[in-house]
Formats: sequence, C-alpha cells, structure tokens
Amino acid sequence: MPQLSVPPLAPQGARRPGARLAWIGQAFLGILALITLVILAKDLVRDPKLFIQIVISGLQLGFVYALIALGYTMVYGIVRLINFAHGDVFMVGAFVSFYAVTRFQLHVWPAAVFPGLPYALVVIIGPITVMLLSMVVCMALAITIERVAYKPLRDAPRIAALITAIGVSFFLEFFGALSFVFSPRFIPYQRPFDVVTWYINDGIHLVSSAQAPPDGSITFSNIFLIIAFASVLTQVLLQFLVRRTKIGKAMRAVSFDKSAARLMGINVDQVISFTFAVGAGFAGLGGVLYAIAYSSIWSQLGILPGLKAFVAAVLGGIGSIPGAFVGALIMGQAEALTMGYISTPMRDAVAFTILILVLLVRPTGIFGEPEKEKA
Amino acid sequence: MRAFKMAGLLLLSVIILVACGGGGGDTIKVGILAPLSGPVPTFGVMTRDGSLLAIEEWNAKGGVLGKKLTAVVEDSQCTPDPAVNAANKLIDQDKVKYIMGEVCSKASIPVSEIANAKKVVQISSTSTNPDVTVGKDGKVKDFVFRACFIDPFQGTVGAKFALDTQKAKTVFILLDQANDYVKGLAEYFEKAFVAGGGKIVGKETYTAKDTDFNAILAKVAAAKPEVVYLPDYYNVVNLVTKQAKEKGIKAVFMGGDGWDSSDLDLKAADGGFFTNHYSPADTRPEVQNFVKAFGAKYKDDKGQPKVPDALAALAYDATNMLLQAIKEAGADDTAKVKDAMAKINFNGVSGKITLDANHNPVKSATILAVKDGKVQFNSVVNP
Repeated sequence: MPQLSVPPLAPQGARRPGARLAWIGQAFLGILALITLVILAKDLVRDPKLFIQIVISGLQLGFVYALIALGYTMVYGIVRLINFAHGDVFMVGAFVSFYAVTRFQLHVWPAAVFPGLPYALVVIIGPITVMLLSMVVCMALAITIERVAYKPLRDAPRIAALITAIGVSFFLEFFGALSFVFSPRFIPYQRPFDVVTWYINDGIHLVSSAQAPPDGSITFSNIFLIIAFASVLTQVLLQFLVRRTKIGKAMRAVSFDKSAARLMGINVDQVISFTFAVGAGFAGLGGVLYAIAYSSIWSQLGILPGLKAFVAAVLGGIGSIPGAFVGALIMGQAEALTMGYISTPMRDAVAFTILILVLLVRPTGIFGEPEKEKA
Repeated sequence: MRAFKMAGLLLLSVIILVACGGGGGDTIKVGILAPLSGPVPTFGVMTRDGSLLAIEEWNAKGGVLGKKLTAVVEDSQCTPDPAVNAANKLIDQDKVKYIMGEVCSKASIPVSEIANAKKVVQISSTSTNPDVTVGKDGKVKDFVFRACFIDPFQGTVGAKFALDTQKAKTVFILLDQANDYVKGLAEYFEKAFVAGGGKIVGKETYTAKDTDFNAILAKVAAAKPEVVYLPDYYNVVNLVTKQAKEKGIKAVFMGGDGWDSSDLDLKAADGGFFTNHYSPADTRPEVQNFVKAFGAKYKDDKGQPKVPDALAALAYDATNMLLQAIKEAGADDTAKVKDAMAKINFNGVSGKITLDANHNPVKSATILAVKDGKVQFNSVVNP
C-alpha cells in the first residue's frame, strides 16, 4: 500500500483518554454497519433491479468524488494542509470546459481544422481536448494559489494555512459569482458530446427516443462508462507516478521528512507545486465530467462535492491514495442509497455523519496506519 | 449657505404646489407601484406598461365617471421599505385613492397594511401570497384585492388537466420541501388529483441545490407513473427532465408558472405541460386585442412590437378591474369602490374573473405545452 503520509488527523494526545473506551465506539460502529447491511440486503431482495440501478448512480457519483479526493489526499500527504480551495478548482474546471464548448466550439475543432475527419474521431478527440484544457487551466490555477497563498505560510502554524485555504475557497466562489465572471445563476451546460443510454434486459439494447425501455430494465449511459474509465485510469496512473517515477520518489521523500529531503538535494518547493498541480488537474477533469453528467453549473458548484470528497479522503485515510478512491466509492454509495431508500434531503446529513463517526472511532480512516509520529 | 436655503425653499414651495394641485376635482389619480429597479426590473417595466395601456384606453373612451385618469408611477423595487415609502408618498402627497401593485408579495404585504388602514383601494396584479389579502388575524383586508390566482390554485387546475385531458390515473410528485411555492402547488395538486379518482404512486423530495436526480428517477421509472408533477422553477425542471429523458422515462412532465422562462430547456422539457396565467397565443378576442394594442404602443430594442408577458397581462387586467369597479360604484369613493370590487364580474385577458370571500380571483388558467422547441398554447381550464 503506497502511503503518502501516515499521520492521524486528530492530534496525538487527543486519543489517549478515550483509548480504553475505544472498543465501545468500535462496537457501536460495527453494529451500525451491520444494521445498515441487513436493511440494504432486504432492499436488494425486494427489488434487485432497482437496487442495482441505484448502485450504478452511486458509482457514477463515487467515481467523480474519487477524482476530487485524490487532490485532497495528496496535498495533505505532502504539506499537511487540507486544501479547502480544492472544490472550487473543481468548479473552475467545469466552467473552463463550459466556455471552451459554448464560446469557442473547442469540442469540434478537429472537424473545423481537418474537414475530412470521420465523425467518430471528432467526437473522441474534441471532448478530450476540452478535458485537457480544463486540466491545464486548473493546474495553472492551483500552482498560482499555492505560490501566492500557501507558500509564504509554509513555516507558519498549520492553522494559519488552513484558514488561508478557506479564504481562497471563498474568494473563488464569490469572485466566480460576479456577473462578469461566471455570474451567480445556474447555467445550463452544453455537453461536448451526446448522451447515449443503454438498458440491460435480455442483453444490452440502445434506449431509443420513441419507446421507453421495458419494465425492470437497468439503464446506464456512456457518461457513466467514461467517468468510471477516467477515474480508474487516473488511479492507475497515480499509482505508477508515485511508486515508479523519480518525482514520485521525491514526493514520498518530502512527505516523509521535508527537511531531510531538502538536505538530500530534493527541490521541495517544486515537488509541492507539482503535487498541487496533479491534484488540481484531476479535480479539473472531475469538474468537466460532473458538469457533463449533471448538466447544470454555477459558481458554488464545488462546495458540496468538494466537502464530500474531503469526507471520502478522511474515510479512506487521509494521505492514502487507494484510501481516497475506496472512500469516494463508499461515499457515492452512501449518498445514492440514502436518496433511493431514505430520502433525498437526508443525503448530506448521512455524508457528514460518516465524517463524524470516522473521526470519533477511527480517525486514521480505513487505510490509515496507526500514528508513527516523527520526532 | 444662502443658496442652499433658497434652493430648499424653492423645492418646498414646488412640493406644496404640486401637492395642492393633486387635490383637483376632475381627475382620478391611480398610483402604480412597479419594481422598476431592484432584483426584477423586467417585471416592473412590463407591469407599468400593461397598467398604463389600460389607463390610456379608458381615457380615450372619455375616462371614468366623466373624469380623466392620471397615472402616478412609483418605483417600489420589489422590496418592503422602498415600497412602503412609495405607497406613503402616493397616498399622503399625491392624494391617490387607488393603487395598482406591487408585483412581489413581500412588498405587497406591507403596502396592503397601509392601504387598508388608510382606506385606499389596492389591487395587486401578480402577488400570489395569500397574506396579501388576508391579515395575520385571519380577517380579510377590505380594501385589498388581487388579479392573479394564488399558488395552490395552479395545483388544482393542473390536477384537473391531468385527469380530464391527459386521462392520467397515476402521478408521481417531485417537490422541494423547502420552497413554499413548490409545496403549495404539490399539495393542492395531490388533493385535487386524489379527489378526482387518481392515484399518487410516489412522492419524492429533493433540495434546491441538488444536481443529481438519478436515484430519484430510478424510483420514478420503477413506479411507472403516467404523469410526473414537478412544480418547480425552470432551472430544476431543466435538470430533471434532461436526466429523465436520458433514462428513457416517457411519463409526461407537468408543472406551474415557474416553468415560464426563456431559459427553460425546451428540448429536455419537450412533451411537458405547465399551468400559466395567460398565453399571447390564446385565440380569444380579449387576448388578441390586448396583444395588438400592446404591440402598437410599445416597441422592443429592434423596433418590433413587444409581446406582452403574463405580468403585463395581469397588470392590464388589474387596472381594468379597478376602473370598472369605480364605474360600477358610480362615485369616486373608496368605500363604495371596494364593495363594487368585491362583487365584480370581469372579463379580462387572463380569463373571466370573479372574487371569492378572501378577495382571490376565481378564474381560468391557461395550459401551455412544450412541443417542437416551442411553448405552445394548449387550452384554458376553468376551475
């Protein structure tokens, strides 16, 4: 398990008084999980197809959260900073793609430049260009934020950097809400490609506009497949980056001990900027995919997905890359199942209850190792 | 210093002169409170224009009771404070006895308290909140009326349309529990639909900022309703109908006047219906004459005749109702006018209007259909 960092979220001393009583909390959590599983199993038996349908929508959400959560977890792993502006970088990613598509028609550029190109190729290259552009803009934004807001505070107490992160987050939200920036309105998002939906019922069929799919079919769309593919691909790439490349080695070194890494000749500032950029790039991609999936954007789009991705990162064990991925998938399921079987307005409550439970019972998260604090 | 004093005196004398001039006997003054600035300036402009058109038409016919009408327009900003100041100015300085407005409920309610206390007849064109005409003590405000139907009425009419015209037996309701407008419509829709023999096969709530409706729509697909009632604003309608289309849900979506926006996604909402106050495409002569007269008087930026929206139509109706009530009362006396108003039987652009005990109109609603990338007139449903 590649571990970018190891520290617990709660300070060392905070756990000690409760250590003897921790088993109560863990037993409570276990019982809660058991009850949830029993209820879900009942729902699964009652109407398996509806259950699978809801799980699919939860997966779609979870894969997007995973893209955002990676950025939280990596940045925390390197500089011990919870970068609350991350959700807003995600929002900027969505808006960049919106302007690229509506103002500049970037999603059909191959057709404009090479008129003879087959349509299928245009549909693949165009949207990928849009996504890459969003990623690059988000990377630039994140590097700027890091240089302007976080770097001067690198040696300040951690709380100062945290408050600055919240400030940057508010700045992006409300600067974006200005009428000459993104405007405070909900904006219908024009997708760079068309949605195709299939249903599973005795094999896979295309959903046509003329006829509803038969009863009890499970539907899924190309957007779901793209999001799942993109999310898994980034996960694999990131594993490769952290474990097999030189810069990955540097990241792990900086994460382990910043000053020792510096003594070894690692350019720590560069590594930190690189980490911010990688995280922001994935968030930008997530923003584009989120906007494509749910097709309405506004300047505060990033707040809730950002916070939920943060919960996912904590749940998986903040600092752990596979942890962020697994945590995000669990969050997606928790939300979708709440919407499906309890009620929609409860979904945020459930999401943040998970945060509280994790912090109470297992602050290191699923993949977090017990603290081995450096001297 | 001296110049200031002089200017002040001059201003004072002008005000006194104007105020005295207002007391003249052979004109009837109508105050118009319209939100010309503030959050909804387009509402204000349309309301003012509709109202002024009505006054102009009456003057062309010789006025009311042999007296010419003059309009005093004030900007009330869709906000309580400026609206109250404007109303006080109209009543105390301009000696206006009849007020048309405000547009927004939150501004109309405080104005209605003043109007009722000072025995000035007020008619709001578009404020839908029940509290505009009924006080906190549950008593009807004698001098306050409105020309639009209140929110719950749209739900009732929508249910009637679903039952009678769509022949629907099953409905799924989607609502935002935190929005009174949405809740009111949904509640009355459900009541009327169940009373008419229909069945509610499911009900789901969401919050205003939700963007992912997939889990809810999975339940809608499983419940297989004929109609999905979604009485929210266009931004939510855009999201839900788009995601429903992508899931292959073929149920008919229906809603209220919150759908009425140029930002409605016509492709996603295609096949849907919504209730509204009025449609310029209605073929009744009242509507067509109004659209023609409005277009002749007002032009848009490109010099084309302006098409009046529901706000202009309701302001036009409200002003006409008021003037007809004065005519029927036979005297420029607010005590008599309010009695005439309560008994009014008025045939307007937005339908035949009578008022119930709470001074709320009983009138027909217009059903609009979203079809082929356009919002089309479908039918008129009577209560």
